[in-house]
Amino acid sequence: MLTEEVKDILLASRELGWVLEPEAKRLFSLAGFDVPKFMWAPEIEEAVRFAQEIGYPVAAKVVSPRVLHKSDVGGVVVGIGSDEKLSETFARFKHLEGFAGMLVEEMVSGVELIVGAKIDYQFGPVILLGMGGIGVEIYRDTTLRMAPLKEKDVDSMLKDLKAHQLLEGYRGSEPVNLTELKAMVVAFSDLVMELEGYIESIDLNPVLCSSRRCVVADARIMLEATKPFHEANAIS
Amino acid sequence: MNFQALFKPKTVAVIGVSLTNDRHPANVVYTKNHLRYPIKVFPVNPRGGVLGGQTVFAHISEIPEKVDLAVIAARAEQVPTILSDCVAAGVSAAIIISAGFAETGRLDLQDRIALIAREAGFPFVGPNCLGIYSPSHMDTFFLPPERMVRPNPGNVALVSQSGGVLVDQIVKFAEEGVGLSRAISIGNKALIGELELLNYLAQDPETEVIGFYVEGFGRNEGREFILAASHCPKPVIVLKAGKSPGGGRAVSSHTASLAGDYETFSTVLSQYGVVEARDQLEMISFCESLSCYQRSIKGNIGIITGSGGHGALAVDTCTGHGLAVPFLSEQAQNEIRKNLTSSVQPIASLGNPIDLTGSAVDDDFVFATSYLSRRSEFDCIVMLLLPYLPGITSDIGARVSQIYQQEHKPLVAYVPHVEKYRMIIEGFEFNRMPVSPSIEGAVLMAEALRRGKPC
Repeated sequence: MLTEEVKDILLASRELGWVLEPEAKRLFSLAGFDVPKFMWAPEIEEAVRFAQEIGYPVAAKVVSPRVLHKSDVGGVVVGIGSDEKLSETFARFKHLEGFAGMLVEEMVSGVELIVGAKIDYQFGPVILLGMGGIGVEIYRDTTLRMAPLKEKDVDSMLKDLKAHQLLEGYRGSEPVNLTELKAMVVAFSDLVMELEGYIESIDLNPVLCSSRRCVVADARIMLEATKPFHEANAIS
Repeated sequence: MNFQALFKPKTVAVIGVSLTNDRHPANVVYTKNHLRYPIKVFPVNPRGGVLGGQTVFAHISEIPEKVDLAVIAARAEQVPTILSDCVAAGVSAAIIISAGFAETGRLDLQDRIALIAREAGFPFVGPNCLGIYSPSHMDTFFLPPERMVRPNPGNVALVSQSGGVLVDQIVKFAEEGVGLSRAISIGNKALIGELELLNYLAQDPETEVIGFYVEGFGRNEGREFILAASHCPKPVIVLKAGKSPGGGRAVSSHTASLAGDYETFSTVLSQYGVVEARDQLEMISFCESLSCYQRSIKGNIGIITGSGGHGALAVDTCTGHGLAVPFLSEQAQNEIRKNLTSSVQPIASLGNPIDLTGSAVDDDFVFATSYLSRRSEFDCIVMLLLPYLPGITSDIGARVSQIYQQEHKPLVAYVPHVEKYRMIIEGFEFNRMPVSPSIEGAVLMAEALRRGKPC
């Protein structure tokens, strides 16, 4: 069951049509997913305080209702190592359209995956899994299944990927934690089944998977636009 | 809803016959069923009169017998009233051939007839369709019988959103010797669609394979269909039209872009073990193969050929389709070789493909088939048979089918389809072994068995 807190996040984003990243992260955190430590800082002082608290280096991303694709406008900076660099980044972000603060977060490393969902007109919720990052639509190494998924479905999805070996430890690299990854995708599929009626699609890209954890490093939730919201509410 | 009256009516009313135009669809339907099928047919037209010596009834209620099925071919605006009259007169089911509903923007008319039927628990197929062809029982296709090519009665049912594609598939079935149990053109599927027919055909004792031509499903209809198909004990094959992306739609997420309509359709089919035919050649090959064999295979192919070139082409095609062609051990090759006829022994090449050469006779093919049928490294045999080889006779099909009866290893054959070789082809087909006119088709027949869901 979706909690009131999760529903409130979706409700508040209704007009915008999608959920701002800090709110999307909060939603996934509330739903039990591993997300980086993060803070939505409207002012530079808070950003610096938080960065010092979690320790440098940190990542910074622009928060703006006008910016759906942050990388495209230079709105993502990783590996920030000092207060000065963080302030500089904040000052630059301030000039981006619709600036509504800066997302400061813990740096996480791992293989970049995409875990996504789409409410298909004919088949309802479907789940996408593949190699993520900014090249996701260039390499197109992704696979789909109709939700809900069981662990064995995720197994067969992983086998579908060309880069399958990279996940299992290729030429000396550490394998990713497949148990964690499979549990995460199954949990995501369960969540998506509950979000049907609210959402149109979700990109978790990248999900950073290491030998220890699978972290939702970015989340984009596009909301269902064609239906009046009370109808969506009635579904759940 | 009981579909029995749709498929096995004893009495049929054809509503909307013309008294002046013999080419009117209703007249074609009336005449062909009246003259050719073991059912009683009554023509209906509000003006009454006589058609071909038979009384035309002015109203469905005037027919003196209980009517099982009404075939409605009147103008769209009249259909709601006619349908209500049928319900009131105690008719059990209807096929609505008439066009002029959702496909021309009259969704209101279509919703009205669906509502009438739902409230009455009254099944109908259509509108805007050809209806149902049940071989040796009934044919509501408004195509003059002399223009039609009919396949033999058999165990494959076809369901199609397009009447044109359906007729085309039926003609191809006849050409390729695939037997048909029923063909249903569902048109606008206002009430009965793929899902309802899947559920009916899954129980139909005359149907063992169910093929669908689908243009698109309604909201979530695909999900319901695929879940039902995954529980269906019979192989289900789907040919989807409209594979190219719609275009023009703004896509805001990577997932929405990567999970296009067709990608989703195709992946979901294979996720649930429903066989997707990508084109008409695959459709016909899959139907033929699955009508003979319903057990799924892993896809390890043994190739028996009378020509090295054909063997090489078949290996390429198998590899292209992801089928394996395992190499046969030296020891196994020796065992085969010593059992071949003396002229073939020194020249045959047996590593797989098993190339028996142009000097081979029936006995060589029979031995090789029998040997491969007992080897566990193969789960299907592709036989490339060149009927012009002097040692090949028309007995070959019947002889290898005997081996199948004992060993149960599926065999598909390639034989060029020209009239001259008909007896050889029938030797296979009459003994329920699938034959393709192309190497590609034969390999597709093997692939169909791999794509089916494991039993």
